[in-house]
Amino acid sequence: MKHTISVLVENEFGVLARVATLFSGRGFNIESLCVAETMDPTASRITLVTSGNEQIIEQILKQLNKLVCVIKVVDMTMGDFVDRELILVKVAAQESTKAEILRLVDIFRGKIVDVSPNTYTIEATGDDGKINAIIEMLRPLGIEEIARTGKVAMSRGALTLKESKKIRQGVENGGLLRS
Amino acid sequence: MEEKVRLTGAEIFVRTLIDMGVDTIFGYPGGAVINIYDTLFNNTSIRHYLVRHEQAAVHAADGYARIAGKPGVCLVTSGPGATNTVTGMATAYMDSIPLVVFTGQVPTLLIGNDAFQEADIVGISRPCTKYNYLVKDVNDLARIIKEAFHIASSGRPGPVLVDLPKDVLTASTEYVFPKELKLRGYNPNYKGHPKQIEKAVDLVFNSRRPIIYAGGGVILGDGAKYLTELADLLGVPVALTLMGLGGYPASGENFLGMLGMHGTYAANMTITNSDLIIAIGARFDDRVTGKVDEFAPLAKIIHIDIDPTSIKKNVHVDIPIVGDVKDCLKKMINIVKGKKEVKEYRRKIRPWKSQVEKWDADHPLKYKESKSQIKPQYVVELIYEKTAGKAIITTEVGQNQMWAAQFYRFDKPRTFLTSGGLGTMGYGFPAAIGAQVAKPDMLVIDIAGDGSIQMNIQELATAVQYKLPVKIAILNNGSLGMVRQWQELFFDGKYSQTCLPSYPNFVKIAEAYGALGLRATKPSQVEDVVEKAIKHPGPVVMDFVVDPQEMVYPMVPAGAPISKMLLV
Repeated sequence: MKHTISVLVENEFGVLARVATLFSGRGFNIESLCVAETMDPTASRITLVTSGNEQIIEQILKQLNKLVCVIKVVDMTMGDFVDRELILVKVAAQESTKAEILRLVDIFRGKIVDVSPNTYTIEATGDDGKINAIIEMLRPLGIEEIARTGKVAMSRGALTLKESKKIRQGVENGGLLRS
Repeated sequence: MEEKVRLTGAEIFVRTLIDMGVDTIFGYPGGAVINIYDTLFNNTSIRHYLVRHEQAAVHAADGYARIAGKPGVCLVTSGPGATNTVTGMATAYMDSIPLVVFTGQVPTLLIGNDAFQEADIVGISRPCTKYNYLVKDVNDLARIIKEAFHIASSGRPGPVLVDLPKDVLTASTEYVFPKELKLRGYNPNYKGHPKQIEKAVDLVFNSRRPIIYAGGGVILGDGAKYLTELADLLGVPVALTLMGLGGYPASGENFLGMLGMHGTYAANMTITNSDLIIAIGARFDDRVTGKVDEFAPLAKIIHIDIDPTSIKKNVHVDIPIVGDVKDCLKKMINIVKGKKEVKEYRRKIRPWKSQVEKWDADHPLKYKESKSQIKPQYVVELIYEKTAGKAIITTEVGQNQMWAAQFYRFDKPRTFLTSGGLGTMGYGFPAAIGAQVAKPDMLVIDIAGDGSIQMNIQELATAVQYKLPVKIAILNNGSLGMVRQWQELFFDGKYSQTCLPSYPNFVKIAEAYGALGLRATKPSQVEDVVEKAIKHPGPVVMDFVVDPQEMVYPMVPAGAPISKMLLV
């Protein structure tokens, strides 16, 4: 199962390398990873998507928590959350396909952000399903290039990452706990 | 108005170490750290031990830390000096030893330019340190040093590296010793959860075939006394890991010996047939569990460890308890003492104890004695006898390590130093030097092989220079014995690259460095050599030419369940 994990880290050089090294060194896979500064300039938020069985995810969460530079780890998948991804797609635009491209962009509530005589560059945001769908629809028209950001995620409702309960491990019930 | 004193980075480095209470460092100078060495020149508060290889500086600091119970410190230069510390850091990381490793670095402006003697040691050491720092501003130096010591020695201990660019060491600022630490992402949990501990005790009283399986965490967490109290209170048999030896006295009534690949028959059979494992400061290493699927199939598991990532990593755990071993054991003892059923429990597990005793009696640790050839186990037994078990023993890695673990009987914690996790050949001798520095009055003996001693033999110069009376006992079988043993058992006796036909003359090597060299080739000479070595006031190399065919038994073949042992 895929897990979307939010990690609040110190905004220092080398932190991303520490997180990445943890994954590569232990044979865990990162499917996507997004990182940028938060409202607090001393902290950054990493959103990463990974997959594995319960035991692997537990190890990932514990190992992330163990890093000195990690302030907080929250497995968003444990609660209700929204996630979005941004994609830029450059498609071949011929006279015969331009109208079709514009129609698709409209349906997916995307935007044309750049135009050349032979190409359209489309911006779209959405969850996994929507992003994959737009790619599939545009593919027959001739995709020249794709740039995807990877997921960002946030809890639904008033809960923020700051207020989210920190994951405490293995203290009770044999597994991960929220304290 | 009081004049504020400005100090250079090098001076701040030394001042901070002194303010942190550091009085001993192991190191090797170079261009990048020359300013620190210049500052150390007139300093009398810090004793600097010059080693002959940076790897040895880290191992010596590691040996010092294991004995002194506080972080070991070493200082080396940039580039090759820094990369030579990697094996030592990886060794300490695997065994959770508190170390602070300072490396010189090229000036910040040159970092990333492939400058002379530049290496990205922060990048290189990331997977083998608990944490690491590159100091970019002299104003951060004192704070970072304080944080490094805190991180190295708290929670699950480990090595921390601090990389010091040359311009940071020459820049100057006002020195202020940082009073507080602000590490918002780092809060080790020391207090074991009381409810979990209560549940654990209930599980103990419901068990009929319990075993305590304790590891290095018991020693690092100073929990040996409490482990002994708990085990003796309940009458539960205790098996120790290689790293845990000394955590429960070998002479104790419940001692089963070491468990795992070269563990005792009794320890391996007891854990395999147990219905409850109380794991304390141990991490279910593959050398202990053997084939995981067949490891203790009937047992429920209580696991006490300060590092949550160690729990449920390799095996399913029924009651995880995150906390300091001392705190958890004290709480357990208090609950057990308050219960009436202790006597009844001891009676209940009596049949189990009888079975365990029978396993022990049927298959004790043994070897075939010989009158013509020196048996390595005999040498270890004799060293044990002649030191009355009161020496600090370090080992190299391989057969020598296993024979030392099996045949020297450790009654006290912090008396056995070995590279358990990484299995680093060349560890034992520099570690012995560090141990001797930490405890100048103790007898320190490195039990070595002829292969591994040659990996850091240059440290004889260090031992001689500082008059450190470390003794080295080489169990010389003319081969890389443990690999040779595997080739003998599993590769049809094809001894590919494991026989060392070019025997160095270890006696002459010792003499060349100014140490005493002794050799025994017959069993009748062993006693005399050991006695002479112990009496000699300086460093000694004892070369015991042992039976080259001798093997380490019991042995569990790799990948087999630990109940399937090859016996003598």
